[in-house]
Amino acid sequence: MKKSPKIALIGNPNAGKSSLFNSLTGLRQKTGNFPGVTMDKLIGKWNLETGTEAEILDLPGIYSIYPKSVDEQVVINILANPQHPDYPDMAIVVADASNLKRNLLLFSQVRDLGIPTVLALNMIDVAENSGIVINSFKLAKELNVEVAEVNAKKGIGLNGLRLAVNKTLEQRFNSNDSLPVEYSPELIDEIKEQYGDTDDYHALLWLSEHDNLKQFNTEQRVGFDKLQEKYGWNSQKFQAQETVSRYAVLNEIVDGCLHQIPVEDEPVKTWTDRLDKVFLHQFWGYFVFLGILFVMFQAVFTWAAYPQDLIDNGVAWLNQYLKDTLPESQLVNLLTDGLIAGIGGVVVFVPQIVFLFLFISLLEETGYMSRVMFIMDKLMRRFGLNGKSVVPLISGVACAVPAIMSTRSIGSWKDRLITIMVTPLMSCSARLPIYTVLIALVVPEKSTLFGIFSLQGVALFGLYLLGFGMAILSAWILKVLLKAKERSYFIMELPSYKGPRFKHIMISLLNSTKAFVFEAGKIIVAISIVLWVMASYGPGNAMQEAEQKVKTENPTLTGADLENKIAAQKLESSYAGHFGKVLEPAIKPLGYDWKIGIALLTSFAAREVFVGTMSTIYSLGGEVDDENTTVMNRMRAEINPETGKPMYDAALGFSLMIFYAFAMQCMSTLATTYRETKSWRYPAIQLVYMTTLAYLSAFIVYQLLK
Amino acid sequence: MRTVADLKIGEKGVIVSFSDELLSLKLLEMGCLPGTQVTMTHIAPFGDPIAVKVSGYVLSMRKDEASTIVVA
Repeated sequence: MKKSPKIALIGNPNAGKSSLFNSLTGLRQKTGNFPGVTMDKLIGKWNLETGTEAEILDLPGIYSIYPKSVDEQVVINILANPQHPDYPDMAIVVADASNLKRNLLLFSQVRDLGIPTVLALNMIDVAENSGIVINSFKLAKELNVEVAEVNAKKGIGLNGLRLAVNKTLEQRFNSNDSLPVEYSPELIDEIKEQYGDTDDYHALLWLSEHDNLKQFNTEQRVGFDKLQEKYGWNSQKFQAQETVSRYAVLNEIVDGCLHQIPVEDEPVKTWTDRLDKVFLHQFWGYFVFLGILFVMFQAVFTWAAYPQDLIDNGVAWLNQYLKDTLPESQLVNLLTDGLIAGIGGVVVFVPQIVFLFLFISLLEETGYMSRVMFIMDKLMRRFGLNGKSVVPLISGVACAVPAIMSTRSIGSWKDRLITIMVTPLMSCSARLPIYTVLIALVVPEKSTLFGIFSLQGVALFGLYLLGFGMAILSAWILKVLLKAKERSYFIMELPSYKGPRFKHIMISLLNSTKAFVFEAGKIIVAISIVLWVMASYGPGNAMQEAEQKVKTENPTLTGADLENKIAAQKLESSYAGHFGKVLEPAIKPLGYDWKIGIALLTSFAAREVFVGTMSTIYSLGGEVDDENTTVMNRMRAEINPETGKPMYDAALGFSLMIFYAFAMQCMSTLATTYRETKSWRYPAIQLVYMTTLAYLSAFIVYQLLK
Repeated sequence: MRTVADLKIGEKGVIVSFSDELLSLKLLEMGCLPGTQVTMTHIAPFGDPIAVKVSGYVLSMRKDEASTIVVA
């Protein structure tokens, strides 16, 4: 036996694959990327017996080995290619016992690929509740594989599964020699001759799916096309025939191993039926959906505020403490004003991201999300989208990168492209700290709507609605512009409602938050340091001149006032100040000055840098008294030199919010769009249309509110 | 020809055949086999999509997709 066998977890969506993965591996899992694609690859470790540790690979859920969407292609690209680095030594096929026949279809295909396979029968309790009793010993004999009964959610039956896996690894696996479908042996011989020796089923799979398989180059694909022509091959027909004959075989097996206790004609109403009465209702369905979203935003804004205040004050305190205790030098300034201010800008919005990810994974986990797709499909289709676009759009509220990747489940290319193009308009969590700071500056804290909803929460909700509205509108315009006539389909399972599995949610929360903090954190810290250097140094001896200038112009000033004036003058004379000044004429109509110009520049690659930049710029404003330690307070104290009134009034605040709501300031998103569309055309269009939209809208808002 | 799209809520039918070859593979894989009973369970707010109970679970599809499944 191999020291560390690779075991793939394969199964239908909702069969309990991810639960089993978490039960087997616990926290011993890491995310990675499949070679060539960006989909998350989850790998975990599982102890088989003393000294043997299996590597468990969690593959996306599929219904058959014939892919219908991009995420399903990932699985088949591994299984079709024995040379693939992720090609498993064996497979555990997880099957939902309450829907055995459909689940066994996939099992029989995997087994016929010659991969040693163990069948894990899950959800036996659900099956028994609907009167289904399965004789798993007989099933194992009929299918000629090891069968283990498991309860993936509760982690029961894992020892039995371990035994079955060990047994299968030790024995020579007997795959089925005869396939349940007819094909020409000459055709198979020709494939093997041209493309290397393999089993018949792999050969047939290559022939019918070669266009979706990355292992073949263009020349080889043309070769397959020629073979298809020569033998009058029709992949559609073959796959349909194969499916029907597989079911015929499985029917007999399942009928012999399964005992259905008759239930009354009108079965008792299950919880799922009762909940669906409300959630799929033509009025209450939408009401509940909007209500959930509204609660989500109120919660994110109010609950997260407490840990955020703590972090914000903690960072300010640490900065001050370091400045007071360490000897004054440029290095200390880099540490405090550059590095810590920058990191603080990232860490402070972790609580909000955690809450958002929590809500989204709860909606996915419980099965509610597919109800949302169901009630939204017709509405979304009107705008060139698809019921399945709802998930990317809602996930876009957390981060556009995973959201754009989740469009892979959308079968139609046109629907998918439109969803990718408009998803970045959804207000992602990186915009949240910007909104938070600006709303707190211009919307009074104590005011409420109808006495219950805080006006700040309502403003935030409004911004999210605005992003959604703009996404829908853009989708509609794209639908008119893109003429491609392509069929999209919406055949999907409505799973029964499940209670959330807290372990599962916590693990995915941990993984996504960690990825976010480190990915975004790297960029923010790097930009913070560059920015600090640019703001601390100027061309030639501009910095000394600035100090000299202040001193000669204000001979009477002393102490803190003088320090402040000098620091402000220095910032203006620095490289960063010059950049801001160059930009100022272009952004003046939006109400922005050169300081905001610096922030716009630095946040061009990643919008979350805005708050960090603000912290850095306003930290450089010199010594501050105790009350002015946080960014927000410093921004509030800023005076517009032209009007003498506070700089951050409603007009500027909302103009900035609108700008950041629509602008495409995220390199990662553009890179993801490129990877998913395989063309620079679409990220380029995205960048241009969103930036134009942001500029024009911010201009209108500022001119109206001024 | 009566299709799944014609069923009313709670009404049952038995699948006879498919009129769209491209969709039939997907439907077969999802457990819609000739001879299987389908029950209409939900119709979405604006009349589309619909959901049926088939092979022990609930499957949703659009109305035009449902109209490719011939039932008796």
